[in-house]
Amino acid sequence: MEKALERFYAAFAALGIPWIVPQLILMLVVASLVILFISVSVMFMIWWERKISAHIQVRYGPMRVGGWHGWAQSIADGIKLLIKEDVIPAGADKLVFALAPMVVFAAALAAYVIIPFGPNLIVRDLNIGVLFYISISSLTVVGIIMAGWSSNNKYSVLGALRSAAQAVSYEVPLVVSILGVIMTVGSLSMIQIVEAQQRIWFVIPQFAGFLIYLTAALAECNRLPFDIPEAESELVAGFHVEYSGMRFAIFFLAEYANMFTVAAIATTLFLGGWHGPLLPPWLWFLIKTYFIIFVMMWVRWTLARLRVDQLMNLGWKVLLPLAFLNMGITGLVLVLLG
Amino acid sequence: MTVIQVVFFLVAAFTTAAAFLVVLAKNIVHCAIALVFTFFGVAALYVLLDAEFLAAVQVLLYVGGITILLLFAIMLTSRISARGVKIMNEQVGMSAVVVLAIFAVMTIATLKGLAQVGPPDPASYATASLGRLLLTTYVLPFEAVSILLLAAMVGAIILARREREKD
Repeated sequence: MEKALERFYAAFAALGIPWIVPQLILMLVVASLVILFISVSVMFMIWWERKISAHIQVRYGPMRVGGWHGWAQSIADGIKLLIKEDVIPAGADKLVFALAPMVVFAAALAAYVIIPFGPNLIVRDLNIGVLFYISISSLTVVGIIMAGWSSNNKYSVLGALRSAAQAVSYEVPLVVSILGVIMTVGSLSMIQIVEAQQRIWFVIPQFAGFLIYLTAALAECNRLPFDIPEAESELVAGFHVEYSGMRFAIFFLAEYANMFTVAAIATTLFLGGWHGPLLPPWLWFLIKTYFIIFVMMWVRWTLARLRVDQLMNLGWKVLLPLAFLNMGITGLVLVLLG
Repeated sequence: MTVIQVVFFLVAAFTTAAAFLVVLAKNIVHCAIALVFTFFGVAALYVLLDAEFLAAVQVLLYVGGITILLLFAIMLTSRISARGVKIMNEQVGMSAVVVLAIFAVMTIATLKGLAQVGPPDPASYATASLGRLLLTTYVLPFEAVSILLLAAMVGAIILARREREKD
């Protein structure tokens, strides 16, 4: 892998082309691969979620398109959304309305930079690793607020406001719950965090942190039981009421892409990343990640939605103190063990 | 010009343009959104300076916290986002003097001060050493700032509470 890269750079250097050209080509190729992976993975996740929800509700779900258990349903839906008319409401702020899905998707895409699919399968092992994800994910909320406000619809504005309140409240316990792992490893780099779990997965010493992270992550993804920004029975569809066709599809894509990111980070931090016997590392990573995604879907179709005040109480009065307690105990244990 | 310099000028132009939009846009929500892009540009400049931690914290706090609360406040304020805001008011002359004075001071500081500062030690930017410095050498200013922010927060909550009681 590294030798091939060196040869690739050397070939350009021999022709007298500055290194920035092969660098840009490489970035373009990697970005395309990531987008391809996101699209395939999201289409699979949507089909999977429809199947899981159906079986939880004793239905079959999609059965017809493509033959075997309706596997091509997501592809058909995607094509349908692509060829729909692009509608922008008359009262909307056109520029912000068009920009909002791009901001949300850019944030979702950028987070894939730090996901370690395998020992060498990472776009870039940044020094600040986890912190990069935490900071870039906050951009999603800006996009959601932009979408909600620019639609000029009271349901969208309400959805955007709720989303902002929720994201600000749940980001704090999310960050603090991760700190236990970071303190144990002494590094923010995703690769080093995975390597530190060679002997024991952090889910065992950091079980409280894992649960807090998973709860806060569900809220970050706006999924049930924390989906008040798009609560169908109250807000029609929340911040994306006025979106249709391709723009709606981008929001949908970003939402599922975020779900994958959150699950992948949980796998990296708590479930030992790519470690596992027999199977190749990347397969282990995907198995664990999709397992967490399955748990998230399971929770969604089992639990009811929280009220706004219950949501705030849970975030500030339960999760945050617990996360601080977890951090304090971890620090104490680390000091005592030297 | 090296690649880094080209990138620097692109990012700097982007940041400045976004900053101008913050000041000059008629719609206050547009200002707030332009502010997001300004903060992002500043974060990119930090990355160019090898201060990755600072860049991440810049995005986390300013984009993820402050701007979102700003947008929140704008949307809760009735109809402020629908009307255009006045860009200039009667104090424009006074503020021009102040701004020019600040600009002059900063220009002088940059021209005179930068020559004396050597190239920074990249190791001191690492997150671990930053944390160590904050809890050893600079623990007093760090704690003082924490208490100051806590006091400001408590004050803000008391002010908000009192207003509600009046209603």
